[in-house]
Amino acid sequence: MSGTLTIVLILLVFIIVYQIGKASEYATILRDEAKVNKQTNRLMAWLLIAFFVFGIWGIWECHQALKGRLLPPSGSVEGVEYDAMFEATMWVTGIVFLATQAILFWFAYRYQASDKRTAFFFAHNNKLEIIWTTIPAIAMAALVAIGLKYWFKVTDDAPKGHAVVEIVGKQFNWLIRYPGADGALGARDFRKIDDANNVLGLDWADNKTKDDIVAQNGEMHIVVNRPVKLVIGSRDVIHDVGLPHFRMKMDAVPGISTTLWFTPRYTTKQMQEITHDPNFVYEISCDQMCGKGHYSMRGTIVVETQAEYDKWLAGQKTYYAETHPEAAPAAPVTEAVADTAKPVVSK
Amino acid sequence: MSDVIIQGPNVAHAHAGHADHHDHDHHEQHFITKYIFSQDHKVIGKQFLVTGIIWAIIGALFSVFFRLQLGFPNDTFPIMEKFLGEWAKGGKLNPEFYYALVTMHGTILVFFVLTAGLSGTFANILIPLQIGARDMASPFMNMLSYWFFFISSVFMFVSLFIQTGPASGGWTTYPPLSALKEASMGSGLGMDLWLISMALFVVSSLLGGLNYIATILNMRTKGMTMTRLPLTIWALFFTAVLGVLSFPVLFSGFVLLIFDRNFGTSFYLSEIFIGGKALPHIGGSAILYQHLFWFLGHPEVYIIMLPGMGMASEILSCNSRKPIFGYFAMIISLTGIAVLAFLVWAHHMFVTGMSPFLGSIFVLLTLLIAVPSAVKVFNWLTTMWKGNIRFNVPMLFAIGFVSLFISGGLTGIFLGNSALDYHLHDTYFVVAHFHIVMGVSAFFGMFAGIYHWYPKMFGRFLNPTMGYIHFFITIIGAYLIFWPMHYEGIAGMPRRYYDYSAWTSFNKFEGLNAFISIVAIAVFFGQLLFVVNFFASIWRGRKVTTQNPWGSPTLEWTTPIRPGHGNWPGEIPEVHRWAYDYKDDGNGNDFITQTTPLKPGEESH
Repeated sequence: MSGTLTIVLILLVFIIVYQIGKASEYATILRDEAKVNKQTNRLMAWLLIAFFVFGIWGIWECHQALKGRLLPPSGSVEGVEYDAMFEATMWVTGIVFLATQAILFWFAYRYQASDKRTAFFFAHNNKLEIIWTTIPAIAMAALVAIGLKYWFKVTDDAPKGHAVVEIVGKQFNWLIRYPGADGALGARDFRKIDDANNVLGLDWADNKTKDDIVAQNGEMHIVVNRPVKLVIGSRDVIHDVGLPHFRMKMDAVPGISTTLWFTPRYTTKQMQEITHDPNFVYEISCDQMCGKGHYSMRGTIVVETQAEYDKWLAGQKTYYAETHPEAAPAAPVTEAVADTAKPVVSK
Repeated sequence: MSDVIIQGPNVAHAHAGHADHHDHDHHEQHFITKYIFSQDHKVIGKQFLVTGIIWAIIGALFSVFFRLQLGFPNDTFPIMEKFLGEWAKGGKLNPEFYYALVTMHGTILVFFVLTAGLSGTFANILIPLQIGARDMASPFMNMLSYWFFFISSVFMFVSLFIQTGPASGGWTTYPPLSALKEASMGSGLGMDLWLISMALFVVSSLLGGLNYIATILNMRTKGMTMTRLPLTIWALFFTAVLGVLSFPVLFSGFVLLIFDRNFGTSFYLSEIFIGGKALPHIGGSAILYQHLFWFLGHPEVYIIMLPGMGMASEILSCNSRKPIFGYFAMIISLTGIAVLAFLVWAHHMFVTGMSPFLGSIFVLLTLLIAVPSAVKVFNWLTTMWKGNIRFNVPMLFAIGFVSLFISGGLTGIFLGNSALDYHLHDTYFVVAHFHIVMGVSAFFGMFAGIYHWYPKMFGRFLNPTMGYIHFFITIIGAYLIFWPMHYEGIAGMPRRYYDYSAWTSFNKFEGLNAFISIVAIAVFFGQLLFVVNFFASIWRGRKVTTQNPWGSPTLEWTTPIRPGHGNWPGEIPEVHRWAYDYKDDGNGNDFITQTTPLKPGEESH
C-alpha cells in the first residue's frame, strides 16, 4: 500500500514539475520573450558562479570531514615514498584543477551575453597552442620520471635477506604458507589438491615441502623491518592481494605466480598506538572480483618483532605433520625438518 | 525514382537534375517502413536514442538497487522484493544478484547507452545532415546496425529473467570466473546470453561504424572539404575508426571465451581446482583475455568520450557566438587521442603480474594522452573567452561537460601512473575517476547534444525550465556522489564489495556510503525528469518556428524544420566556408552559414 502511495506521489511531483515547466514556457511567450531570456541568462550566469563557489566550499568541507578517515601513516618503508609521490601528484593536479575550473566558471560569468558587446572573433593562435602543449608535456614527463623510478624499485627483486611467504587465494579465503626452516617453498601441483588434507596441493615427493607451514585462518605473520616477499598464487579464479596499509597490491592469477615485496615499518602493536585504536589490524583485502563471497575474502597480517615471531613459529606444526599424524610425531618445527625428511627417503 | 536517389550512394550529385522530386516525394510510406524498418538515418538515430534511453533507465535503476545495499547494509527494503522477487527476498539483496546488478549496470551503461545510444544516435542524425548528404552510404546496412543492436538488447534483456541470473563477473567478465560454471551462478546460462548479446553488439557496431566512415569520406557535399567539417563530424569519424579497429579484437576474445566455456579448450584456463576437483586445463593464460578485452576496452572509453567532445565543441562555440578556438589543434588532438587510445590498454593491468618493463611503456603512453586532452580543455576555455555567452540548456551541459572532463581527467593522471596505481587499483578511486569522466561527463556531452539537436529531431523544443532543473540536479548530484568516493579509494576501499561492515579499514565510511546512496537515488529521479521532458515534448513541446533556432552556421539548419527522407528538398546545398564563421554577415546576424559564398576579397579559413 505504502509502495503504491509512494509511486502515486512521485508521479504527482513529476506532473507538477512538468506543468510548472510548461507554464513558465507560456509565460515567457506572453511576456516579452527577449526580456525574459535576458533575465534567465543573467540568472544562469549567477547560478554557475554560485555553483563554483559553493563547490569549492564543499570540497573544503568534504576534506575536513573525511581526512581523519584516511589510512594511517604507511605501514611499509616503501609506502612512505608512495605517499610523498601521491601528495606531489595531488599538488600538481590540484593546482590545475582549481585554475581551470576557476577560469571556466569565471569566463562563463564574465562573458555572459550582453547587447553592449559583440563576441571577439578569435580563431587560432599558434603561440598559445604551443605553450599549452609544451607545459603539460613537461609536467607529465616529470611525473612519469618520478613514478617509474619508484615503480622499478618496488617491482625489482626483493632486497637480500628477505623473508618469503606464499599466499594463495581461493573462493573465498586466503591460504598462507611459510617455507619452514629450509627457507624454501616446496613444489606444489594443483592436481594434488585435496580440501581435506592437502589444501595447496603440496608435492610430498619434494622434500622441501616437508617443513612448510600452512595457515588456513588467513592470518599472516611477518617480522618488522625485515623485507618480506609474497609469492602469490590462486587455486581457482583471479583474486588480488590488496594491502592498503602497505600501499600496494598484486593479482593472484591461476597458473602463474606473481610476487610483491615490502618492508614493514611498524609492528601491529606500534600501529595500534599510532592510530589510538587497540583493535587495529593490518588487513588483506581481495581486490579483484572473484564471485559472490568476494567482499568477505579477508585476511590479516600480524607484524611483530623477531622475538615474538620466533615464539609464534615455535608453536606451529608443519603441514606435513598436521596431515600425516601417523608419520610425524608432534615436534617443534625446527627439529621436524630433519625428522620428517627420513620417512620419505625410506619410501 | 526518389527512392533510388535517396538510397544510392553519392547519386545525389549525379541526379541533381531530378532533385526537384524531393519537393513532392511525400508519398505516404507504410508505418512499418517509415518508423520500424526504416532506412532513414534520422529515424534510425531516434531508434538508437529511444532504445538507449530505455536501457539507461534500467541501468540506472540497477544502480539504485545496489546503492541501497551499499548505503544501508543492515536494512531491508521490501520494495526491492516487488521488483526483484526471490533475488531480494525479504527486501535484502542476495550477494549473487548484487554482483549481477553491478555487472549489468556496467555492461548496459558502457555498451548499450554510451556506445550505441550515444554514437549510434548522433552519428546517424548528424553525419548526413552536417556533411550535406541525403543519407548514409548504405542505408540498408545502417538499418541492420540498429536491428542487430535490438536483437543484442533482447538477448541481454532475456538474461535478466533466467533462473541462474544474468552474468555476474563484472562488466569486464574476466575468466576464469566468467568461464567456469562452478565459479559463480552468473557464469552459467547468463554468461552465455551475455556473450551472444555482446557478439551481436559487435556486429551492430561494425555495421554502423563502417557506414559512418564511408559516409564521411565519400558523401560530403560539394565544397565540404575535410577541413570545413564541424568538429562533431571529426569526433564521430574517429569514434567510428576506433570502433572498427578495436571491436573485432574484443570479438576474438569472446570467441575464445566461448570455446573455453563450451568446447574444452584452454585459452584462458590453467591449473584450476574448483568445485572439489582439478580441471584438466593447463597452459592457458587468464591474462590473455585481459589483453584482448582492454584492447577494445580502452579505445572504448574514447568511443564514449569523443562524441561528447565533438558536440561540446560545437555547442560551446555556437553559444559563445565565437568560432571554436584552434580548429586545427582540435583535429590534431583528436587524432592524437585516437592513435594513443590503441597504445595504452595495458594500464588497466599494471598489477596483473605483467612485466614491469612493459608496464612502464604503458605509463609513458598513458600520461601522454594528458597532452592532447589538456589542449582540448584550453581550447574550450579560450573559445568562451570574450564570447557573448548564451546560457541555454545545451550550453550549460556543455560547460558541465568541460568541468567534469577536467575533474575526471586529472584523476586519470594518478591511475595511469603505475607507481600510484599500485595502491589505487580497483579501489573506489577508480570508480570515482571513470564515473566522472566517461560516465557523467560523457552523459553531459550526450545531454548537451540532445537538448541542442532535439529541435532538428522532432521539430519541437524540450522544455527549458525542466532542462535547467535537470542540469543543476545532475551536476550537483554527480559531484556529491563521486567526489567523496575518491577519499574512500585513497583509503584503499576496494570496489565491488557487497558489504564493508566486517572490515576495520573500510567500515568507517558507513555514513558516507549512506549519503552517496541518498544522493544517487535523488539524481535518478532527476534523470526521470529528463525522460518525462523528452517524451512529453515529442508531442507537446513548443514548436520550432524558425529554420535555424540557435543561429548556427552548420548545414543541418539549412534543411526544413521537419526534414523528410532525403533531407533537402531540391538540390543539396553547396558549401563555401568552414563551420565556425561567427562574424557579422552584413545583415545583422552574428554568423554566416556554410552555404554563403565568400565575399569578394574574403579569405576562407
